[in-house]
Amino acid sequence: MSDIIRRDPRAEWIARNRLHPLHTALQAQQTSWMGPQGVIRKNPHAVGFIGPNGLKRIDRSGAQQGGGSKRSAAVEVQLPLHQVVQPAFYIAVVPDMVGGRLGSHDRDLLGLAHSLAGSDGAVLAVVFGEHKESHCSTAGVDRLLVIDGEQYQGYAPEQRVQGLRAVDNQFAPRHWLLPDSRTGGGELGRRLAAALGERPATRVWQVKEGQCIGRAGAGQQDLQRSLPRLILAAAECAEPVSETRHEALPVVLSTSVARSLSRIDDLGPVAVDPAAIAMAEAEFIVSGGNGVKDWALFHNATVALGATEGASRVAVDDGFMPRNRQVGATGTWVTARVYMAVGISGAIQHLQGIGACDKVVAINMDPGCDMIKRADLSVIGDSSAILLALIAAVDNYRNGAQRDAA
Amino acid sequence: MSTKVISLVSIGAHPSSGRARRAEQDARAVELGLQLAGDNLQVVHAGDPREEALRAYLGMGLAHLDVLEQPAGADVLGVLGDYLRDAGAQLVLTGSQAETGEGSGMLPFLLAERLGWPLVVGLAEVESIDNGTAQILQALPRGQRRRLKVHLPLLATVDNAAPKPRQSAFGPARRGVLAARNVALVEDELLAEAELQPAKPRPKRLKVIKAKSGADRMKAATAKASGGGGKVLKDVTPEEGAQAILKLLVEEGVLR
Repeated sequence: MSDIIRRDPRAEWIARNRLHPLHTALQAQQTSWMGPQGVIRKNPHAVGFIGPNGLKRIDRSGAQQGGGSKRSAAVEVQLPLHQVVQPAFYIAVVPDMVGGRLGSHDRDLLGLAHSLAGSDGAVLAVVFGEHKESHCSTAGVDRLLVIDGEQYQGYAPEQRVQGLRAVDNQFAPRHWLLPDSRTGGGELGRRLAAALGERPATRVWQVKEGQCIGRAGAGQQDLQRSLPRLILAAAECAEPVSETRHEALPVVLSTSVARSLSRIDDLGPVAVDPAAIAMAEAEFIVSGGNGVKDWALFHNATVALGATEGASRVAVDDGFMPRNRQVGATGTWVTARVYMAVGISGAIQHLQGIGACDKVVAINMDPGCDMIKRADLSVIGDSSAILLALIAAVDNYRNGAQRDAA
Repeated sequence: MSTKVISLVSIGAHPSSGRARRAEQDARAVELGLQLAGDNLQVVHAGDPREEALRAYLGMGLAHLDVLEQPAGADVLGVLGDYLRDAGAQLVLTGSQAETGEGSGMLPFLLAERLGWPLVVGLAEVESIDNGTAQILQALPRGQRRRLKVHLPLLATVDNAAPKPRQSAFGPARRGVLAARNVALVEDELLAEAELQPAKPRPKRLKVIKAKSGADRMKAATAKASGGGGKVLKDVTPEEGAQAILKLLVEEGVLR
C-alpha cells in the first residue's frame, strides 16, 4: 500500500449519507462538545492521528489529514547505497549458497568481508552455477561473479579450485573468505589454500585490528595470529550487513578457466532411508498432526516424497507416531530446508521447533491458524485428498523425468 | 588383488578432561582400514614414540605401528609425504582434523597437493576397488550420501559418518610394537608467532532491534513468528494444490 494521501470518494459519500449502515464507523470522532452544564467537554484521545512511524501526531495547523483511515503500509525502508566506483582492492567471498540462496553463515561472512573492505575496497562474491538469491545487494555484495558451466555441476572440487585460481589471477583479492562449513566451504577453502600455497586461518570466530582468533584442536583451545590472506571463518564470525545497500554489479572473468582433468567422477546421490536420518538434521520433513485422519495414507505419502516423518505433539500423544518423531519445544528442534505440516494448526511450541526451517508448506482446513501465517505456501483443504493428489503428482513427475532420461 | 592401505593417526585429547587418548576420527580411519585390508593395514604416526595413548590404536588389533619420530611443534608434511611415496600406498585414510595443536585440517589437502593424488573428504564406505579405481560413498551433510569413482592412489579423510571404531583391547595394546624411525625435522614457523590459549567462550549473539521509535520496538518484541506474505491457496481443487506443492519441492531440490 502506498502512503500517498488520497481522497476516498466512496468513504466521503458514506460519511455524508446518514442512512448508510457504515455511516457511524466513518464519522470522525467528536473531540469537543457542549456538556449538560454548558461547559465544553473535550476528548483528548480522539485528537490527532497515527503517523507513519506509528506515533500519534497532532497537527495544530488546522490541515489535519489522515483521520481514522487505516494507513498501515509496510514502509519499505530504502537503505543508503554503499558505492565503490573504483575499488582499491577486492575482498573475495565464496559463499556456500545451500539451495541456491545465501545462508546465515554466508551473510555473516559477507558482513566480515564488508568490515575488512572498509570504504575503498569492494566485496567480490564468487558463485558457482545458477543461484536463486535476489537479496545480494542488501547482504553486502559489491561485485558479483557467477562462474557458470556444466563442468562445475555436481561434485567438481578440483574444477572449482581452477575457477578460483583464475579469479585470484584476475582480481588479486587482498583476502579470501570462505565459510568453514561441512556444506562445501571448508573443503573448497582448504583445497584453495593448498593450491595457492597460502596458510589459512581456520575456524575463525573473531577478526579485530589485524589479528584473528580461531578455534584450535578439538575446540578446547584458541589460536590467535595475525590476519592471513585466506580465512576460513566459523558461523557468527561477524554481524551481517544491515545498514547499507550494495550494488552487486555483475563482473566476468576475462580469461577462460583451464579445464582440470577430472580424477573424481560424480556418480550422483545415493538414495538413503529417510527414516534413518536423525530428525534434527533431516533436509525434508513431512509432519502430521491432529488434522491427519488416514495415517496409512500419510505414511504412503512420506515414502512417495522420500521425506523424513515428523509429528506434532497431539499426534504423538494419541499414539499415531512414536515419541522420537515429535517436533517442537519438547521434541526435536528441526533444521529442515523444507518442512511440510499436514493438519498442524501451529501451537507456539511447534512453531519454535521449526524456527530454523527455510520453507514451510502447510496443508490445513482452517485458513486462520498460526501455521498458515508462518507458512510460505499454504493449501486450504482436506489433507487426505491433497495427499492423494500429491502422491499421484509425484509419481507423474518421476515417471516423466525417467521418460526424458531414456 | 590386495590394495595397500595406510591409516595416518594422531594423538587426541579427551573433550572434557583433556587427557591424551586415541583421536576419535583417526580411530575411525583405522577401523575402516582394518575392514578393508585386515592384517595388512599399515598405520603411521608422526610424533613421539613414547606416547602411551598410541597403544590404544595397537589395541584395535594391529601388530605394529610405525612412528616417524618428531618433536612437538614440528612440520610433519615432508616426512609423511616421503613415507607415503616410498611405501607405495594405494589408499591413505586419515581423520579430518587433529584434536590437539592447530587442528586446521590442512594436512590431507597439503599431502594430496604434494603427492599429486586426488583427495576425497568425508569417506563413509568403500564399495569396491578394481582396475586402479575405487568406488566409494561420500558422506554429505544432513545424512545424505554420494557415490564417487576415484582413481587410485587416493587420499581420503573420514569424519563421523564412517563406521564406529572397535574397542581397544588391553592385551594387544601391550603386545603391539611401536616401531620408531629417525627422520628429518622441519620446524613449524607458525607457532613461533601465534600462541595457543584456552578457548574463550564465544559471546552469544544478541538480537539487535534497530528501531527508531518505541512503537517499532514494542512491535518487534511482541510480534509472533510469521513468514510474512506466504502464498495461501484457498478454494482450489486438491490437484491444483498438489501441483503448487510439487512445484515448490522441485524448486527447492528436495525431491529426488
